[in-house]
Amino acid sequence: MIDVKDLTKIYRLGSVEVPALCGVTFHIDIGEAVAIMGQSGSGKSTLMNILGCLDLPTSGQYFLDGEDVSKKNDDQLAAIRNKKIGFVFQQFNLLPRATVLRNVELPLQYLTNGDGRLRKEHHEQAMVILEAVGLGDRIKHRPTELSGGQQQRVAIARALVNEPAIILADEPTGNLDSHTGAEIMQLLLKLNQDRNLTLVIVTHDPSIAAQTQRIIHLRDGLIDEGFQPVQQAAGGSQP
Amino acid sequence: MKIYQNLLEALESLNANKLRSALTVLGIVIGVAAVIALLSIGRGATANITNQIESIGTNLIYVSPGAVRQGGVSGQTSFGNLTMADANALATLPNVVAVAPENDGRAQLAYLGQNTNTRLLGTTPSYQQLRSIEMSDGSFISDSNMITRSSVIVLGATIAQDLFGGTSGVVGQNVRVNGQPYRVIGVMAPKGGTGFLNQDQQVIVPLTTMQTRLAGSGFFRGANTINTINIQMDNAKDVTQGKADITAAIRERHNTTQGTDDFTVTSQQDALSTINSVTNTLSIFLGGIAGISLLVGGIGIMNIMLTTVTERTHEIGLRKAIGARRRDIMMQFLVESIVLSFLGGVIGVAVGWSIARLIGRVSLGGSAITPVVSLDSILLATLFSMAIGLFFGIYPATRAARLQPVEALRYE
Repeated sequence: MIDVKDLTKIYRLGSVEVPALCGVTFHIDIGEAVAIMGQSGSGKSTLMNILGCLDLPTSGQYFLDGEDVSKKNDDQLAAIRNKKIGFVFQQFNLLPRATVLRNVELPLQYLTNGDGRLRKEHHEQAMVILEAVGLGDRIKHRPTELSGGQQQRVAIARALVNEPAIILADEPTGNLDSHTGAEIMQLLLKLNQDRNLTLVIVTHDPSIAAQTQRIIHLRDGLIDEGFQPVQQAAGGSQP
Repeated sequence: MKIYQNLLEALESLNANKLRSALTVLGIVIGVAAVIALLSIGRGATANITNQIESIGTNLIYVSPGAVRQGGVSGQTSFGNLTMADANALATLPNVVAVAPENDGRAQLAYLGQNTNTRLLGTTPSYQQLRSIEMSDGSFISDSNMITRSSVIVLGATIAQDLFGGTSGVVGQNVRVNGQPYRVIGVMAPKGGTGFLNQDQQVIVPLTTMQTRLAGSGFFRGANTINTINIQMDNAKDVTQGKADITAAIRERHNTTQGTDDFTVTSQQDALSTINSVTNTLSIFLGGIAGISLLVGGIGIMNIMLTTVTERTHEIGLRKAIGARRRDIMMQFLVESIVLSFLGGVIGVAVGWSIARLIGRVSLGGSAITPVVSLDSILLATLFSMAIGLFFGIYPATRAARLQPVEALRYE
């Protein structure tokens, strides 16, 4: 599903080059639940952005679903994000003015090859997902009228509505209390198992990471092999 | 993403900032209203003046002394070189219905304690037909008045009102013109009109009387010279030919077939086209000034849209993350700015229309201007305001569309 080869990312701040990723190689299978861990500055946000097709690597290759996405233009990347990736953010990032239903429908509006589906079908599709995350009775509410956990459920529904190949969750429980956070984690893992969804969670919380099948640990832009014995299976390289 | 969705979201976001949206719309409203109101008043004024001139008649030709010189200063200077003989000669030209020479000036009129200073016209009996003057009482000056150079006077309706407080019982009274007694023989029916065109504020005496009796007062030139010869053609179509005939005839009489003419021939149609071009220029000028306020309104839209884009940077980042392309974001903000300006345009048309009608009710300078709100000025203002929304929306929308998703998402 995800195949990353010798990925590097170098930011330029004026004349200074700041390397954020220094050659990362790994593989994630379909249906796998993986956590990416690391301290701040380790490059995990950069890796997340590249995996989410929000940013392009400086060098190296990134195959998503068999497609090399490291050489795509802005609009092609937007289409890939729309169809293949579902984002779950720490701050939920819901549109405050729109209802829950509209928030969930939003990705459907941006489908590039408008498949002629009617608004009604959009509604139905969004409704099905909202039922699945347990918010079928809250569709007319606005995000500000919901609790943090409910808001994150809406965000998960939004991530799922286009039936993506992978879910990228960036600190999904970071803004929630431990109880609600555990519920959200359960929901994500359940979706991972029931729908065979590939789940990538970026976190620095070891208890969250421990619930996944595998942990990729980053340190100074490189995969820290010594941290997790499971890492050998991923075929990580050490320069 | 469909236009419908864009519209919905635009309205939603404008609704979320009601005061701000209203103030932005107000800028466009003022601009559009000003354009509509000023254009319609300009058109109303044009129509008004045109009507007045046409009511006098479009088949009239005037001959006045002096020449319009080319290049430098143009001026019709009275040299007193038009005479009664010239006027009489013109009466024999083809298609000429009436010829009325006239002298004009100002005179002080007095009756008992009442005083008024007004336009004094000395002319011949044919002037009545030429200007289609109706009498409300008494009669116009007659041929015998002309021959005997009688001290008789015909009053305009307003003058009679000013001096006598009414128009009945005025005939037979004596008024003093520059101190000399004149018997009132008639009062003209009101015709309306404004300013220098107001025919109700003039008095008429026989031309011969004016030339001899009022000439020495220092206001009027003596002898038998004439200020203007009015000529009425039988049809408006004959005016062009008539002008040529008249010019040739006077040239012949003045021995100026070669060299510079010492007279000027104009027609009512010339005056009409001159006034039309003046009022049109004025309308465009006023509209242009109003257009500047529309431009200022447009800058207001741009300002607000830039603020909105900055405010919603995070939202733009999210939309991009879930698959919005550049053109989706671009459309979203363009639609929003066009909705703003379109709303302004529609409200502005309504407000401008009301202002125009309000001004139509208030009479300015004695005569009401009927504003003409035409469909093309409405279309112009609405489309122009939308174009302004589009134009001033492009830059903010482009800025929004160019945002990089990573940076936009990081923006707080």
